[in-house]
Parts: sequence; structure tokens; C-alpha cells
Amino acid sequence: MATRQTARAQSAGSAQAPRDAVVVGANRIPFARAGKKYADASNQEMFTAALEGLVARYGLQGERLGEVVGGAVLKHSRDFNLIRESVLGSSLSPNTPAYDLQQACATGLEATITIANKIRLGQVDSGIAGGADTISDAPVAVSEGLRRALLEAGHAKTWQARAKALARIRPADLKPLTPATDEPRTGLSMGEHQAITTARWGISREAQDEIALASHHHLAEAWDSGFFDDLVTPFRGLSRDDNMRPDSSAEKLAGLKPVFGRSLETPATMTAGNSTPLTDGASTVLLGSREWAESHDLPVLARFVDAETAAVDFVHGREGLLMAPVHAVPRLLARNGLTLEDFDFFEIHEAFASTVLTTLAAWEDADYGKNELGLSGALGTVDRSKLNVRGSSLAAGHPFAATGGRIVATAAKLVAEKAAETGKPARALVSVCAAGGLGATAVLESA
Amino acid sequence: MTDRYTQAVNSGFTKTLATKLGLPRPALLRRYRAGEPLTVGPVLVVSDGASKADADALAQTLLGWDLDVRRDPGDDVRFGAIVLVLTETARPGDASEAVLATGSVLRRLAGNGRVVTVSRAAAEGDAPALSAARNAVDGFLRSLAKELRGGATGNGIVLTDDAAVDQTSVLATLRFFLSAKSAYVDGQLLRVGPAKAGAPAADLTTDRPLAGKVAVVTGAARGIGAAIARTLARDGATVVCVDVPAAGEGLARTANAVGGTALQLDVTAPDAGQRILLHARERHGGLDIVVHNAGILRDKLLANMKPAQWDAVIAVNLEAQLQINETLVQAGLENLHVVSLASTSGIAGNKGQTNYAFSKAGVIGHTRATAPLLAEHGGTANAVAPGFIETDMTASIPFATRSVARLLPTLSQGGEPVDVAEAVAFLAWPATAGVNGQVLRVCGQHMVGQ
Repeated sequence: MATRQTARAQSAGSAQAPRDAVVVGANRIPFARAGKKYADASNQEMFTAALEGLVARYGLQGERLGEVVGGAVLKHSRDFNLIRESVLGSSLSPNTPAYDLQQACATGLEATITIANKIRLGQVDSGIAGGADTISDAPVAVSEGLRRALLEAGHAKTWQARAKALARIRPADLKPLTPATDEPRTGLSMGEHQAITTARWGISREAQDEIALASHHHLAEAWDSGFFDDLVTPFRGLSRDDNMRPDSSAEKLAGLKPVFGRSLETPATMTAGNSTPLTDGASTVLLGSREWAESHDLPVLARFVDAETAAVDFVHGREGLLMAPVHAVPRLLARNGLTLEDFDFFEIHEAFASTVLTTLAAWEDADYGKNELGLSGALGTVDRSKLNVRGSSLAAGHPFAATGGRIVATAAKLVAEKAAETGKPARALVSVCAAGGLGATAVLESA
Repeated sequence: MTDRYTQAVNSGFTKTLATKLGLPRPALLRRYRAGEPLTVGPVLVVSDGASKADADALAQTLLGWDLDVRRDPGDDVRFGAIVLVLTETARPGDASEAVLATGSVLRRLAGNGRVVTVSRAAAEGDAPALSAARNAVDGFLRSLAKELRGGATGNGIVLTDDAAVDQTSVLATLRFFLSAKSAYVDGQLLRVGPAKAGAPAADLTTDRPLAGKVAVVTGAARGIGAAIARTLARDGATVVCVDVPAAGEGLARTANAVGGTALQLDVTAPDAGQRILLHARERHGGLDIVVHNAGILRDKLLANMKPAQWDAVIAVNLEAQLQINETLVQAGLENLHVVSLASTSGIAGNKGQTNYAFSKAGVIGHTRATAPLLAEHGGTANAVAPGFIETDMTASIPFATRSVARLLPTLSQGGEPVDVAEAVAFLAWPATAGVNGQVLRVCGQHMVGQ
């Protein structure tokens, strides 16, 4: 199999229409709450484990793939070649190129878009997209004062100059800087930003808890029904996402104290139950051209149709930090001649329950549609029975760069199953918000 | 890994000490490595007068395998193997000369040497004297095996239904018994029948007897299952490694080590057989070998047995195999070789293992019944019954119990997972189409049971 050549769809010289990029399959490790099962696992170990599971599932040992692309949001400086190092530690051919890419929480989806585009252009025939993130093994930096002094001492030519540089260190400089994901331009945490958006759209506590509850129940059902049997490989003794609470209830969620938006004038509604926890994990998605999949006797789950990214000006308060996907989707739909009615599944990343709800509310708002999205009215309504039907980040957890891969895998399998069941094409919309006012969205269709 | 005791009594000062004290000294068993000679020395072929033609035919074959074959004991040759042919012995008294000739060279049998008897099964309608002569070999071989030392083993080939000695399945079995692949198989008599017409010819000397074959191994994440996957892959097969989703990490390791694919699947799922078949066909273009290795233990005295403990063992060890076999039989696959893992517990019984022994004896039962169904399409169903094998599972047995268990078999040691795997690979071999419905023990000739 390893030596089999891939047949090219087009002959050289003819006008080359983009070919299809398809999702063959996926693999991730179970997501673990920070500081628990993967407390001493590095990003590289986790991503390598996810890769190894994928290689095993699809028999890719020794295979030279087009490329492997992925990244991590919280990364040590020594991990400058995180993905390439992971490939070298895997059973893939060492001749498989790789590079790191990072777009905050949209990293995994952006990596998928990148590979899909290269496949469609004919630059590669196959590739793996993914990401890993660890809060448990996050880098801890030294203070700016200490860092400056150490660098200067390192550059010093004489011992006197070195002593002078080091003498500048003050006790306060010795305090380590713990990793923070606060927005650098506003100093606000993501939760505080979302609390502002939540208040602006008047999203209730009950509606948020309802989303969280559905996420846990849907994810638990998916695990019990074996949905993840060919999407996840256990790691370090963990065989299911350990943030999942199958026995969660509305009462339990209602009993939690709000943690974000407590300084706002409106009542605080965002709790630890309807916000994603800090999580460790890694995910991968295998993509290829149809010809590559066929020549390797591999299945095809879904066609990666198109994608759109967006960014919003949250710095000046014009738009909520996590509202970029709201802007990306109308552009994506227009380009593909689709409406929200045309989808069988909506996979909207649950950074917070209220992120999903503010997204849906914005799309349903006619004034917002006209003034902010440039539409003639509201974009439309998302059928809630099609929303995150196998659970999402509130239950599974959210290892930043790994979430995109998890969602693409679930969406691809959903459309494949639906099409097999009904005999008709099925379609899924994927939406991932990210720090920095970024968002990535994509359309997948049954192959 | 050979256990520490066996290592100690075979090297250095502790070897001398053990010899002086008269402690049991289990031998270091020779195991298969590609490129090494089949036997550790020349092969002596002896027979009674009536079986001479068969002995000649076998000697010819052995010569073709580049072995140093002798028909005369001589008086200074150190033999690697003795093949005792008694296929046409008509009366018990006729065997004397050949048996005693065998005895006269036993002191010159090298360490890790082999004695293989070739005889015929007593059948209905045999004259009493013929039946006696044929059945006598059984007790003779089992006793002789217990007298052999230095890692030498004794095993027998029992021809059934007028099978000829030079047919492929007989020669394949002879090759297995002579080789280091049967290191921990001792005191066993394997029945070999005539091959079906049109059975594919096989090169018995190849190092990759399973080249081009697609095999499924359940319970492949670790232990014996992982060893089976590695051995089948070594022999050339593409291996689909199956285990429960929770064992996926080890499963991926096995699959990547053997260049196969990992299929996370609970064998007790109602559609397990279909999913295995679909995976093998879609991803690898067919299915030639299925190894039912997945098994669990829930040891309890029957008086204390909880329903869940009983039911889980029966579901995984027995019902799952039945259900998957049903799918395979219905699919009508050509030349399918199914090998199921039984256990010596299922043959001899074991306190605290009523559920396990029920399941493993059940495996032997369904193997015998499935054999003729698969034979219709040129296939086989056989079982391998391991004795005490050194695995993570047996490592959890208390030290004293474990040490005693090791010394019980004739070979005075536990077996390695690869010993079981070699027996499985042998039965998975297309050349063994005439071995069907059999139970091959890999137990170092454990003292209990047959």
C-alpha cells in the first residue's frame, strides 16, 4: 500500500478545476481536565499519541503524507517545530513535511482549511490537520526585568559588565509570570468579554444552563452509543472525556455561582457549569483527495466544501470578542448559495453556552442583519434539534487548538451517517470563535 | 522473557549450585529465528518393517528441506530429531524394534531436540490387534515426552481417514513439530486428515507462509494477542488488530508495530462479525484468518459467583466467538482459517474458574462443530489451549503459586506468548487444511488433562 501511486484526476496542461478535498477520518485522545490525567503530558506527547492512533486506524505506517499541519495556543519556545517533531516521533514516514500554525481556538479548523485548500489545488494529495493544548504543562515565563537582565548578562563581554547587569535584578523580578489568556489589548479575560456580549443580548441564565445540560447529555449518549469508537484512542489510562457529567441536571447547574460579569450592572449569569473548563488534549483529522483515499482503500466521510474566516473590532467595543463567526457565516452561505435551512447539523463551538446563544440571537435579529451583516434582514434561525447533537465543548472540554479537529470529526461522521441512513446528501455547518476577535467557519457535505 | 529461575539455573555459579543441590533445571528453550536451521542436528528416521515405504517418503521430504537425514543410528552422531514412523504397524508386537531403536539414541538427542511419531488413528472397523497397535502410540508418546530432557520435546502426528504421509498438511505439521516454533508444545498428538481436492499447493520452507493473507486478531492490545499479531505479521499477513475501545492505546501500539490497522470494537456487540468482515474486505480486500483471542477472567468460587461475573466471561469468551463465526460461515469465505483460544482450564478444570472453564470448554465444543462447516469452503476451525504462559495476567498470581505452576509441566517452566502465537500461526497456515476441528495444547506437557 505504501508504494502505491496516486492517480491524478486531471491531465497536465488542461484547465485545472479545483478537485474535492475529503475527510477520511479522524482521531483524538480523550480530553482531560487540566491538572488531572495528563498533568505531566506535553503538547508533543499528546499530539504524537493522537497521530499514532490515527496512523493505526488507517494503516498509515511508513506512509509519506503531503503534510501535517497543526499547532498549540500555549506553547513552549522549545516547541518551535511542535508538529514536525511529533511526526518524527510517529510511525509516519519521516519524509512527511509538517509545520506549525496558530489561530487561537480556531487553530484546528484553520489547519483543516489549509490542508483542504492544498488538496483542492493539487499541491498535496493527503494531509493531517490538528492541534494540541495543555494547560497543565503550560510555559511559565520569567518577569520582564529578570529576562532583560539575563539577556544583557549573556551579551556582556566582561565579568564586570555581567555583574552590573545581574545586579539590576530586584526581588520583585523573581516572581514567575503564570500563563494568561487575557486579551492583551483590553486586559479582560475571555469570560469577562463574553459577559458583556451576553448582557448586550439579554441571554438568560436558564437558557445557558439548558445548553450546558444538553451538551453533557448529548456527549454521554454519543459515548454510550459507540459514536467515538472510531474517532478517539485512549491515552494514559483515560478512555473518555473526563469533564463529561452524564448525571448533570438543571438543578445542579442552577446551584452554581456566577463567575463572570459580576461587575456589570446586569445580573451575572455565566458559571463554571455553562463555561468551558481548562482542558488538556489533542486531535487530528485525516484529509485527502478522493483518488488518494481510493488508492489507499480508505473510506470517505465527508467533502470539505468551503470555509470563511472573519475578525471583529472588539477592542473599541463595536462587537463582542467571540462574535466573528456571526459575520463569517453569512459570507460563507452567500458564496455557496446556501441558507441556514439547507443544513442538517450545526456544530457551534461552545466556548461558553452564551456564545452559542448570542450567535443564534444575532442571526435571528433583523436589525442586526441589516446594520451589521449587510443583509436585507435576519440571516435566519438555527433548528435547535440540529445543534451540537453529539455534545460540544461544554461537556468535552476545550483544549484550545484541539477543538477544531474534534468538531470537524464529529461533523464529518454525522453527515456520513445521515447520508447512509437517508440515501440523501447531508450537510453540516461548523463555527469556531477565537481570541483576538477571530472566527473560522466551514461547510462539510456527505461525500 | 524466560523467568529468573530458569535463567539462574542455566548460567554461572547458580547453575553449578542448582546441579549440586539437585534442583529442577528447566532448559532454555530454542525459539524460532528466521534463517536458523530447522533442527539442532541430523534427523534420524526409523520405522517398523511395514511402515518403511512411508518412512522413505518422509526421509525424501526431509532431504528436500536440506536436512542431514540418517536411516541408521550409527554410534557417535548427536541427533537433532528422531522421526518414528509407525503408520502401517499391524500388531503391537511389530513396533518393538523401531521403538527400541529410538530408545537407543535418546541419550544422543541434543538439547532442544525433537521426537516426532507418525502413526494412524484407530478407527471403527479396525481389527482388535490393529486398533491396539494404533492406540498404543498415544500412551507411548506421552510417556516418552516426559522422559526427554534439555528442552527436547516429543509430539505425534496421527493420520486419520487414510491420509497419506506425504500430503501437504502432514508435512506442514511435521515441519512445525521439528522446528523451534513448537518449543513449548510437548506430549501432544495432532490428528491430520486428508486434504480436500484442489487444496492450494504450498511452499513449506518459506519464511513468509502467510504472505498476502489478511488476518483478524481479537484482543490484540497486549499479551498473547499482541504476540499473535506480531507473529502473523512476521509470517507475511496483513493484520487487523481488534480490541475494546478502552484498550485502544495498546491496540494502536500493536497495529503500528505490525503495520496493520486498529479496529476498536467490542466483540460482544451484535454486529461485531459484520463490522470485522466489512473492515477486512473494504480496507484489505478480503479475510483469510480469524483468531479469536479476546478473553477475560472473573475468577470466583461458584458458591460466591455473581451473575455479572458469570455472564461477562461467557459473553466475551464464548458467545462472541459463536456470533462472529456464524457471520463468517454465512459469508462463505474461501479457505478461511479460524483459530480460537481455549485453555488447559477448559480441559482439566481449575478451582475458582467454573465460568472460565465453562467458556473455554465451550470453545472446544464449537470448534469441533464449526470445523465441517468451514471445510465445505476449504477452511478450518481449530483451537489452541495454552497452559501457564508468562503474561501480565499470570504475573499477578502470587509468587509461590506462580513458581509451583511453572514447575508442573514436563518442560518445568512457563511458556512465552510467542509460543502460543506460533501454534496459532501454524494453524492459520494454508498448508494445514487437513488439520481441522483439533485442539492443540501449548502447555509444555502440563501434567493435568489429556
